[in-house]
Amino acid sequence: MVLVYIDQADQQIKKSSLEAMSYGAAIAKQLGCDVAALVLGTVQDNLADLGKHGAQKVYHLKNESLNSLDVKLHSTLIATAAKNVNATVVVFAHNINGKAIAPAVAVKLEAGIVTGASSLPNTENGFVVTKTVFSGKAFASIQIETAIKVIAINQNSFGLVDYDNVAIIEEINISVPAPSIKITKVDKIEGEIPLTEASLVVSGGRGLKGPEHWNILLDLAKALGASTACSRPVSDSDWRPHHEHVGQTGIQIAPNLYIAIGISGAIQHLAGVNRSKTIVVINKDPEAPFFKAADYGVIGDAFEVVPALTAAVLKSKAAN
Amino acid sequence: MKILVCISKTPDTTAKIAFTEGSTKFDENGVQWIINPYDEWYALVKAIELKENDASTIIHLVTVGIADAEPIIRKALALGGDEAIRVNSNSNDSFYVAKQIAAIAKEGNYELIFTGKETIDYNSASIGSMLSALLDIPFVSLANKLDLNENTATVRREIEGGEETCEVNLPVVISCQKGMAEQRIPNMRGIMAARTKPLKVVEPIEAIARTSIKKFETPVAKSGVKLVDPANMDELVKLLKEEAKVI
Repeated sequence: MVLVYIDQADQQIKKSSLEAMSYGAAIAKQLGCDVAALVLGTVQDNLADLGKHGAQKVYHLKNESLNSLDVKLHSTLIATAAKNVNATVVVFAHNINGKAIAPAVAVKLEAGIVTGASSLPNTENGFVVTKTVFSGKAFASIQIETAIKVIAINQNSFGLVDYDNVAIIEEINISVPAPSIKITKVDKIEGEIPLTEASLVVSGGRGLKGPEHWNILLDLAKALGASTACSRPVSDSDWRPHHEHVGQTGIQIAPNLYIAIGISGAIQHLAGVNRSKTIVVINKDPEAPFFKAADYGVIGDAFEVVPALTAAVLKSKAAN
Repeated sequence: MKILVCISKTPDTTAKIAFTEGSTKFDENGVQWIINPYDEWYALVKAIELKENDASTIIHLVTVGIADAEPIIRKALALGGDEAIRVNSNSNDSFYVAKQIAAIAKEGNYELIFTGKETIDYNSASIGSMLSALLDIPFVSLANKLDLNENTATVRREIEGGEETCEVNLPVVISCQKGMAEQRIPNMRGIMAARTKPLKVVEPIEAIARTSIKKFETPVAKSGVKLVDPANMDELVKLLKEEAKVI
């Protein structure tokens, strides 16, 4: 059986987990076995809907104390559940929770693990999973040598697959140990889509000359319904908050559309964004290295081009 | 307070990424090696800050690597830390590496074990989580602030869509990221002192790797940029809608 861990934030199932569900269902099809989801905690979503992304069954350990991340607790319970259902492949989303939990689960299941997987395993001769390495500059094909395999799939790399299933929900009963950490304060960034989940991202660099000029970028992001990001110099200068920094030493993202405004495209920045499906570069310097990695380029002054693009987006939306 | 800081050797962020031996091995030719930035800037410097606040703190560094990792570990010692341990082995398997570090950790009875949030070469972000499972102690990932109060650490960490502060009893494994500390440059006194700090080499314990790398590939290059007239943004919107189908 393939078991997919469905994680949550604020009792909402994450998009990256739905993607992991679709990925796990595809592996199950490839191996000719069953696929189930595992949900810990209380969630507001209708769990039967996980069938729409491939789940045949949902194992649910309903316990409020599991709503926030406690790696020791979560990894122990997931490993126990995986053993109880004889899972041979356990799938996670390679997001904040998955990154923290999956390696501990692998240890507990004596399983080999590949994190940051970018495609389905090749099971013709063994079990080989391809993952991104060198912060997106290369891929490695990795053979998992153990009977049980753990895979954490990169966000936005497999996509959602639609199924007609209605998943059967089975509440499970595993005794929950005492928590290993105590949460004392939560600070949510209200209203924003987390960058790693965003399908559209507008990002700014030093070319915007200062934080006071960010309104043109924010207007474009608002028109598109996009999240905002920035380059390292911008976050280092505190023009924008640190959580917006994308690049090799920031967040690595893979949205459908990445619009880079006034970013030259240093190799470290490209490493964080080069898995984006479509890249648009707006820069007044025609020699900016970013143009080599772009699908569409606009050579021009951001202060003129960006408001014009915002107007064009709004015009196009109004026409629909 | 005893702190163990896990140090990894990685290619410089500007290094050319190429492969050799039939694309099965990273091409080290001409590559400059650095301390993995997250290990250095955040994990190691945070440990140094804690020692500056409490002089009785002992910092040990550990790396799993063959002799060519020594310049990196000496550089780490130049920044700070009392002694280093090199486990004389080379492996790309996270579990094998975590087993080695766990063996060192068990022997040293550390209250805090720091890792960087991930390495910039294999990006597996696995060692901290695995260590916590092997040592059966809590793990807090993506920490960007830490305060100690006797036997309790107060840690601020990144979560989906925000931040969270939590309290955890020591010993604990913590993966460190931006915000935890500020990058430092080793000074001459540190460099001189590092030469005489103990660097212990130990042989690996028995452990079996659970994965092996079959081959590497580099991404297919983009077919070329399509330039759009800056005076015609309607055209760009049309391309994004109809050709790229992303908006």
